[in-house]
Amino acid sequence: MNRLPRAAELGLIRCHVCALVCRDNQVAGAACPRCGARLHRRKSASYSRTAALLIAAFLLYIPANLLPIMRTASIGEMDDNTIISGVVELWVKGAPDLAVIVFTASIMVPMLKFLVLGLLLVCGKCGSNWAQHQRARLYRLVEFVGYWSMLDVFVVALLTALVRFGVFSSVEPLPGVVFFGLTVVLTMLASMSFDPRLIWDCGCDDE
Amino acid sequence: MDTMSPAPLLICEHCDTVYRRIPLARGQVACCARCQFVLERHHRLGADGLLALTATAMVVFIQANIWPIVTLGLNGQQSSATLWGTIIAMWQQHAQVVSVLAAATLFFFPLMKMLLFGWVFWFARRGERGPGFRGVMIVLHYLRPWTMSEVFMLGVLVAIVKARAYFEVTADPGVFAYAALTVLITVFAGVDFRQLWDVTAERKP
Ligand SMILES: [Zn+2]
Ligand SMILES: [Zn+2]
Repeated sequence: MNRLPRAAELGLIRCHVCALVCRDNQVAGAACPRCGARLHRRKSASYSRTAALLIAAFLLYIPANLLPIMRTASIGEMDDNTIISGVVELWVKGAPDLAVIVFTASIMVPMLKFLVLGLLLVCGKCGSNWAQHQRARLYRLVEFVGYWSMLDVFVVALLTALVRFGVFSSVEPLPGVVFFGLTVVLTMLASMSFDPRLIWDCGCDDE
Repeated sequence: MDTMSPAPLLICEHCDTVYRRIPLARGQVACCARCQFVLERHHRLGADGLLALTATAMVVFIQANIWPIVTLGLNGQQSSATLWGTIIAMWQQHAQVVSVLAAATLFFFPLMKMLLFGWVFWFARRGERGPGFRGVMIVLHYLRPWTMSEVFMLGVLVAIVKARAYFEVTADPGVFAYAALTVLITVFAGVDFRQLWDVTAERKP
């Protein structure tokens, strides 16, 4: 018996709030005796919730990239910046290292989230046990880096508060930044509603 | 059914594999053999240490919030910003959604987290659960992914570099408070506060 037993086989449930190991009474709506949270073997409606949130996030991600996120104005001159043009500006202004960081946080991380969560949904739905270890690792990566996408939103907010020199120079936020902030929140909710245990539910091929 | 501390079994959060719990030595980390997720880690710091850490974080957090973060200069004019100045500016500039997001993830959630941590660690020093322990632990569980002070810290650096091309930029004490806060948050990130469920018991009346 070298196999690693799973909770469902032993009739156990792990409470998602306090991590207590509980006996699975097969009762719908059973509560954790320690913290009172409702016990469930898997997050409820994980696939459909994750898919819905991911699609909503993607729809908001399009205007977030196409619309300008901030306007800089100085003595009659106006300049609208998108996420990409902000990255290019950093690169040109001699801070390529920061340009790479902003590019990663604002473009790579959201794209990675769409691709990884999309892949996890498709593989899960097909019941495939292909590359389970890699998929588990990808999921953890997405969970770990997800909220760093908020970087650009905070940069725009700070510049808005700082650059207030009336007609000489001022910065104001534009709708793109609102769409971007909402995209980040929705992708975070999407990765939270995905249940990583589903990766291993289609038969585990360990050892 | 009633599993008293320390629970003999452990279930991996990410793949549902069941393990028999073994006591960990100093600095040891137990990882899941199937998915490599961290099951449990040994804590160097006891409740006293964690309480001290929370108090330090609280002081630094207050400083990071009341001190200005950066000052810009243009033709002899000066303009500086604090966190709340930033939140209010976004509200006034018709980006209320961003303003609310920033207020929640940079002020209210971190503040709640520290106050609630302080509350549970204070009682945990004597192995007790304070009033409202259950509710507090549930709130802490749901707050966990929603604090972003470290992202804001990086945002400050990016904003400084962007502004440097047009203005004279002076870093104010708030930046250093934020840097210190980022370090403390990194330390806190390794703390699994759920172990408090195992190491504390309901207070005897
Ligand atoms: Zn529980
Ligand atoms: Zn595991």
